[in-house]
Amino acid sequence: MTFLTVVYALLFYFAFAVLVGGVGYRIWLYARTPSPLKIPTTPAPVTRSGVALRMLKEVTIFESLFKSNKWIWLFGWMFHAALFVILLRHFRYFQDPVWSWVSLVQPFGKYAAFAMLAGLGGLWARRVLVDRVKYISAPSDHLMLALLLAIGASGASMTFVSHTDIVGVKAFFLGLMRFDWQVIPTQPLLLLHITLVALLMIIFPFSKLLHAPGVFFSPTRNQVDNPREKRHVADWALKLEADRSK
Amino acid sequence: MADFEVPELKEYPVIPHLKEGVMAHSKPFIAKEQFQEQLGFPGELVDDWEQIAIDKMGELKGKYRSLQVFLDSCVKCGACTDKCHYYLGTTDPKNMPVARQDLFRQVYRRYYTLAGKYFPKLVGAKDMTREVLDDWYSYFHQCSQCRRCSVYCPYGIDTAEISMAAREVMDAVGVGQKYCNEIIGKVFKIGNNLGLPEPALADTLEGLEEEVYEDTGVKVLFPLDVKGADILLVTPSADFFAEPHVDGLIGYGKVFHEAGASWTISSHASEAANFGMFIGSYENMRNVSLRIREAALDLGVKRIVFGECGHAWRVAYSFLNTLAGPFDFLDPDYPIPQHICEYTYDLIQKGKLKLDKSENDHMVLTFHDSCNVARASRMGDKPGGQFEIPRAIIKAACNNFHDMPDWGIKEGTYCCGGGGGLLTDDLMEIRVKGALPRMEGLKQVVEEYGVTHMAAICAICKSQFAKVLPYYGFTMDQIVSVHQLVSQAIVLTPGEDEGETNDEPAAGSEDAAES
Repeated sequence: MTFLTVVYALLFYFAFAVLVGGVGYRIWLYARTPSPLKIPTTPAPVTRSGVALRMLKEVTIFESLFKSNKWIWLFGWMFHAALFVILLRHFRYFQDPVWSWVSLVQPFGKYAAFAMLAGLGGLWARRVLVDRVKYISAPSDHLMLALLLAIGASGASMTFVSHTDIVGVKAFFLGLMRFDWQVIPTQPLLLLHITLVALLMIIFPFSKLLHAPGVFFSPTRNQVDNPREKRHVADWALKLEADRSK
Repeated sequence: MADFEVPELKEYPVIPHLKEGVMAHSKPFIAKEQFQEQLGFPGELVDDWEQIAIDKMGELKGKYRSLQVFLDSCVKCGACTDKCHYYLGTTDPKNMPVARQDLFRQVYRRYYTLAGKYFPKLVGAKDMTREVLDDWYSYFHQCSQCRRCSVYCPYGIDTAEISMAAREVMDAVGVGQKYCNEIIGKVFKIGNNLGLPEPALADTLEGLEEEVYEDTGVKVLFPLDVKGADILLVTPSADFFAEPHVDGLIGYGKVFHEAGASWTISSHASEAANFGMFIGSYENMRNVSLRIREAALDLGVKRIVFGECGHAWRVAYSFLNTLAGPFDFLDPDYPIPQHICEYTYDLIQKGKLKLDKSENDHMVLTFHDSCNVARASRMGDKPGGQFEIPRAIIKAACNNFHDMPDWGIKEGTYCCGGGGGLLTDDLMEIRVKGALPRMEGLKQVVEEYGVTHMAAICAICKSQFAKVLPYYGFTMDQIVSVHQLVSQAIVLTPGEDEGETNDEPAAGSEDAAES
């Protein structure tokens, strides 16, 4: 057992706890906060299944974003879709044996890295070059892109530039999951990559990355448009009813 | 005509470069003590207002999921930056939806998030200061809560929700907006925004009956406070006297006449508008809504029909059942409430209205989708009915209709520039500039199809356009009411002792001869 192994093991337990606990708390907060009025942005679906379809389109093809700006949509969608495939590819470090579809995804995940980097680059370019987007950017908005780019670049480098000990990596993470710690490989690129990933996990619940759970709780998108058919009253508003005799 | 520069009309809205602070001076008058207090708000800026504002913010984000989620979810992607008519018309960056939201979000971050507490500069968090409050007062009164940005946001973030919350916080510390708060007070005292008391209302309606009889030779009634009537009509009080609104009201009366409906207006609820929504106050919005319930119960009606008013229809369609329901004492066979356009459309579908389209041949029409109808309500039973039904009515009443270009109609419609409690003379500059994209859409169909008139179904749109059209080289009478078109086209059925038995139709009437 090396010192580095202990440090990274503890770091990942901590990062995982913060990510799950933090995002879990936010989800609980969103779910618990009442939405006293029906405010779906119309034309809105009038059935529950219609809402499910609307939400599915929002989170898979970014329907509203497509309507608003083709460049942001292109870069944003490229980045997210590529990240999704890349995450699927990373499943292989966390399972033994590896599911067959995870094996199938591998080559796509490999080259998706370029799409991810290009998408992030495009988004960052807009943030710098378009005066409107520059105006609304805080330092954290730039740092977030830098972090994701660095994660993508360090990851891709291990595939395309300097290979790392992926057998050792897999053993380390499987060990973490089974509480049977294994020695972590010490290549700098790998350590950089996973350090940044841990950092991202820790930042997630305190940052704008909350848009990921948030989109599902957005009343303008997730409400059924049926206020005439069905009365909709929040608990705090019901208290106002008490002093009203019909 | 104006002490500001009226923007130049282009072929279509062009995204301008930012000019920081150019609209910072635009502020509505502050509500006086007496008007604040009648709504339950402090009369003037309270001591320790910073803390009260922060606490109020905390309370609101606990009461409204929209607010909590919208404050957390924005990624600053920029998709909304060019979607606000006030930004396009003024070039002030704080009129970009995300920047407007950030005026509120920066304070939320500072006091309610870990990042903002410890790294304020990093995430753009700011203390609640007088400077921030002044920015709020300027820029949250340059938002018409039209929700256009919410259509285009990938997370559905609706600036209207944030601007409503900001206005509620401002009211809570004693800095209210005069126009809205005075008007709400009038509704509580007298029953409508204009402060028309019952005798004046009765007089006006009687005058309308005479006017229509003189014009047509047919006795169309405009009843007030009739107990036992089937339908309660709730309409914006502007319909009782302003042009072109009143022509719409005459239209509703004629439609009811042709349907043989028993209907009435109530002097207790003689207002469809609900400015409680504009100031983000659930309680005030509810109290205004409850008057409609009281009137319906008192008069014993079976149905409630709303006249042409955009935000009134939003409150009616989306909120009335919530705020003042359940309406189980009304006839469940009809939508509760129903829009006058739904009512008229239904009659047209059933062939119960005879419309002579040629009566409107002197006009070539286009239709302005009012923001609150388009993006916050519905008509009929299908999504998008609010787009189809008014157009179907116009086409049934007119021969010449052309839609404005796709970039500015239906859910992408541009606000008239006067919504959200901005329809006050102290905000004329922002109103004129905010109308720019709509004027560009209008210009296009004027040039391409020779459009002469724009029809709308919102009292605020009608008042705003009547005032603003001349700034862009149009005339104030180019805005018309949809039911005004119906009114002109409708062929009235005379009563037994009217019309054909009237050998000598009323003087000065052309229409009467035909009826």
